Amino acid sequence: MGQNMQLAEEIRKRQDAILKDWMAYQVSALTLRRDLVKESELRETSRQFLELFSEAIGVSTDTSSPSWKPVKDSLAEISQKRAAQGFSPSETATFVLSLKQPLFDLVQQRVGQDGKRLADMLWEFTKLLDHLGLYTTEVYQESREGVISRQQQELMELSTPVVQLWDEVLALPLIGTLDSARTQVVMENLLQRVVETGARIAIIDITGVPTVDTLVAQHLMKTVAATRLMGADCIISGIRPQIAQTIVHLGVNLNDIVTKATLADAFEVALARLGATVSKAASTS
Amino acid sequence: MAVLRDELIGLRSMDDMIKARQLVRDCAIFQGLSLVDQTKIVTAASELARNTLVHGGGGEMRLQALNDGPRRGVKVIFADRGPGIPNIELAMKDGYTTRGGLGLGLSGSKRLVNEFSIESQSGKGTTVSIVRWK
Repeated sequence: MGQNMQLAEEIRKRQDAILKDWMAYQVSALTLRRDLVKESELRETSRQFLELFSEAIGVSTDTSSPSWKPVKDSLAEISQKRAAQGFSPSETATFVLSLKQPLFDLVQQRVGQDGKRLADMLWEFTKLLDHLGLYTTEVYQESREGVISRQQQELMELSTPVVQLWDEVLALPLIGTLDSARTQVVMENLLQRVVETGARIAIIDITGVPTVDTLVAQHLMKTVAATRLMGADCIISGIRPQIAQTIVHLGVNLNDIVTKATLADAFEVALARLGATVSKAASTS
Repeated sequence: MAVLRDELIGLRSMDDMIKARQLVRDCAIFQGLSLVDQTKIVTAASELARNTLVHGGGGEMRLQALNDGPRRGVKVIFADRGPGIPNIELAMKDGYTTRGGLGLGLSGSKRLVNEFSIESQSGKGTTVSIVRWK
């Protein structure tokens, strides 16, 4: 451990020189994004990191030990920031990996001609910095995955809007795959809006649903049945010719449900049921 | 008979199912199937992929583009190592279901394709193979 302490001392003593070299490597690396990070900011981040690094290495060279926690926390913060700013994973990992060269130089100067010790120490440092590099990539990926799952959630809510077409007429344009989780959201939204608006007719448009298999058909039938229980009628529109043929071959029975080819047709039916008519204004000329 | 494309993908989650459907659609377009035929084989594949996932506990899908002289087609094979189907004749009947579905998945897919074969061994798994020709 005495050796570690010496090393830490050395790093601290020569901090300015190391920092200068490290900065040079980071700046010359093709992966540095000058458009995303200022050099002064990078210098400050690097300086803080080097301080934490020399402190940790004085205690242990095992990055999983608790003394490395501040270093890892600082790295995690840098990675998360870079992930949010739009850096690529390799651009993010270059930060810590480019510290190798200055540290190797330092080791070489210290150990000099003793080949075996040199190899041992370089191996130790390589292991250490590789661990930290991998750690940055892990954190980077985690924060990206967080973004993806948040977007998925958002997409789920965005993609099931219930719109009011007319007094007492609602429309629900469905887009994408209709799995069980989405059906649940769709049904809840629709029933809620039926209550709120006192709608008598709901039109479910499936133009944007690429595949209508038996499960999708079953989900649609359940949604229609639930809407009926609430006292509103359902029309399914957007049945394309190829979907119609497929449903028939599958043997799904949609006879009890009013279906139309287009949303416009369905709207016309809805208006007729409500006793309303829409007509073009007579031309005045 | 020449096999032009041969792809194998795992079916372990709902995401895999979506990917499987897209692959089948791609292959059907590649083979020049009409829009109706594309929709039919994609829908059949969707049913069978779900069976592999739900009843077989996951498995794999093999997708092939076939050229048989002037005929072009798409072949899809679904294989799982699940519990198997004890009575295939019963399972193929319209409306027969063990999990509260419509009971039309197997029989319906058979009507959507030109060739359909099913093999199942109790405790060893099920393999379903379908072909749609142009």
